[in-house]
Amino acid sequence: MAILEVMDLVVSVEGKRILNGVTLSLEEGKVHALMGPNGSGKSTLAFAIAGHPDYAIESGRILLAGEDITGLPAHERARRGLFLGFQYPPEVEGVKLREFLRLAAANCQEPFCEFQKLYREALEYLDMEDLAERELNVGFSGGEKKRSELLQMRVLRPRVALLDEPDSGVDVDALRLIAAGIEEAARAGTAVLLITHYPRILEHLPPAKVFVLDGGRIVKEDGPELAWEIERTGYEAVR
Amino acid sequence: MMRRTRTGLTAELIEEISREKGEPRWMLEHRLRSLRIFAELPMPRFGPDLSEVDFDDIAYYLRTVEPVKSWDELPEEIRRTFEELGLPEAERKALAGIGAQVDSEVVYRSILEEVRAQGVIFEPMEEALRNHPELVRAHFMKVIPPEDNKFAALHGAVWSGGTFVWVPEGVEVEIPLQAYFRMQTQGVGQFEHTLIVAEPGSSVHYIEGCSAPRYTKVALHAGMVEIVAKEGAHVRFTTIQNWSRNVYNLNNKRAIAHAGAAVDWVSGSLGSKVTMLYPSTILAGAGAKTENLSFSFARDGQWLDLGAKAIHLAPDTSSRLVSRSVVRGKAKAVFRGKLYVAPDARGAKGHVECSTLLLSPEAETETIPTLDVRNDEVEVGHEATVGRVSREQLFYLMSRGLDEAEAMSLIVNGFVSPILKEIPFEYAVELRRLLEMSFAEAIG
Repeated sequence: MAILEVMDLVVSVEGKRILNGVTLSLEEGKVHALMGPNGSGKSTLAFAIAGHPDYAIESGRILLAGEDITGLPAHERARRGLFLGFQYPPEVEGVKLREFLRLAAANCQEPFCEFQKLYREALEYLDMEDLAERELNVGFSGGEKKRSELLQMRVLRPRVALLDEPDSGVDVDALRLIAAGIEEAARAGTAVLLITHYPRILEHLPPAKVFVLDGGRIVKEDGPELAWEIERTGYEAVR
Repeated sequence: MMRRTRTGLTAELIEEISREKGEPRWMLEHRLRSLRIFAELPMPRFGPDLSEVDFDDIAYYLRTVEPVKSWDELPEEIRRTFEELGLPEAERKALAGIGAQVDSEVVYRSILEEVRAQGVIFEPMEEALRNHPELVRAHFMKVIPPEDNKFAALHGAVWSGGTFVWVPEGVEVEIPLQAYFRMQTQGVGQFEHTLIVAEPGSSVHYIEGCSAPRYTKVALHAGMVEIVAKEGAHVRFTTIQNWSRNVYNLNNKRAIAHAGAAVDWVSGSLGSKVTMLYPSTILAGAGAKTENLSFSFARDGQWLDLGAKAIHLAPDTSSRLVSRSVVRGKAKAVFRGKLYVAPDARGAKGHVECSTLLLSPEAETETIPTLDVRNDEVEVGHEATVGRVSREQLFYLMSRGLDEAEAMSLIVNGFVSPILKEIPFEYAVELRRLLEMSFAEAIG
């Protein structure tokens, strides 16, 4: 069943049009890949769906579980089960990862005891015990930041996760771990939109569907074989 | 039985206050001398506009409530205020002693029996003047003489209330002592005097809090804190200032740290219309140390002019002055960090660090470091940053389900956390609550 539907979305940033009518839908419990060359608008799509105020939706609609969330502020979307894993998570000085996540989880109606359990389990799973009492993303390496995003997803258990390049800048071992974590979330029912440049992560995490974004539009969508085709021939061939 | 002096500042008023308190001759003379100095000294030539303070229109001495032996005996309104502030509860749970002052006089005071048994003195200033005249006389306004500045002189003339703390040699007071100051009556001035003498090798933590109901008329608070930390003593002084926004808070706080002693100032400044406060430590003996941690939150119409000074007079002394200011609306926060290192203070180390977070376009801030170093064998440094909450941080937190007010308050809390974590837990919780309330109000 489609949990997230994006319909003919037109988005501009600072008056400049970036997305020219994007339509796609995500299925519960499945991994979808969003690929496309640099500057094609992949991150813009993720920010617009998540409700970043600088990304103005000119027209089109976003439905989450059938509800129109197009005009909602970011936190209302999050509270309805939308999650954005950032490509470059900002550092927030003085705020402990744990403290922050507890607040976030409370908003999502997670009872506290449940949070504790999920949090401990997620820390262990992602081999992040040493980061638990650290300040949010402060001084984290690239790979640590990516793991921290995934940790947050695990604890918040969203219905839809938009993951913006969770694979960039991580080593092979971390990549395997991240892929396994995403797969597990999908198995638990989360609809995942995995934004990536490289098919590398998809080898560990075969997507149900691949979308190719170019020039602010979805130019092609198909099964996992589309990713391997792009790996062989580049984006030229699918344009 | 309410006694209220005429407004206005005259020698007759001073004599009346002194007579009312039954003071020794030397104290009356000290008051009169201070009054003369006050008349001669100019107003501060820097900082906020003080023209609204009319020295002839302040009630300098006001005994609103007679001292009592238990909270229950206080008049209903005051008792309820103190209960809302959690003082009786704090007394039961977390304090070695507590004093509460309403307007000019201390109305309630208690000390734990085991602390008293250690020989610790914790008394209202007037009582100490009667019970320990020599001890008080030896130290009273010796760290900050009336000649120091106009408000020190004013204080010397009209001081009333406050606390005397004396900790015997080697005694460690393990839980904090607290004083609470309340300006209850419209148009009143409060001039409490706090004097802490820590004998060699002793240690004590003193916390003061303050508040007032809001009136339209200007109120003046010109308190004074003097600390003497003898060889190897450790004194920590924490202030949570939440005066209402009609108060001019013009305070003097200074410590002298002898060899191997440590003095820490921790200040949270939230209230008042105008504050001028520059806690200072004179590092007089070799190896003396000081830390000054200041947190301020200035909102619409406030000018919080804060600072810290470390005066290094002896070798191997060290200081660390850290400030975090948050400014919202049309308000101003200033931090004056001053390090003086004397020619003899070889091996001194000093560090000044101030950061400001501006939450609105009209918010103003200034940092004014002064490093006056008179020898070459030192390590001194200064850092200052001014920032705004970034849209990316805000969106990041909101994308996790925090609304704008929650996200802002988390960022601000994070920013001030290096100071808040030095504040005793119950007070840090209270400060955080005040911050959160203020964001909820602002964003709606």
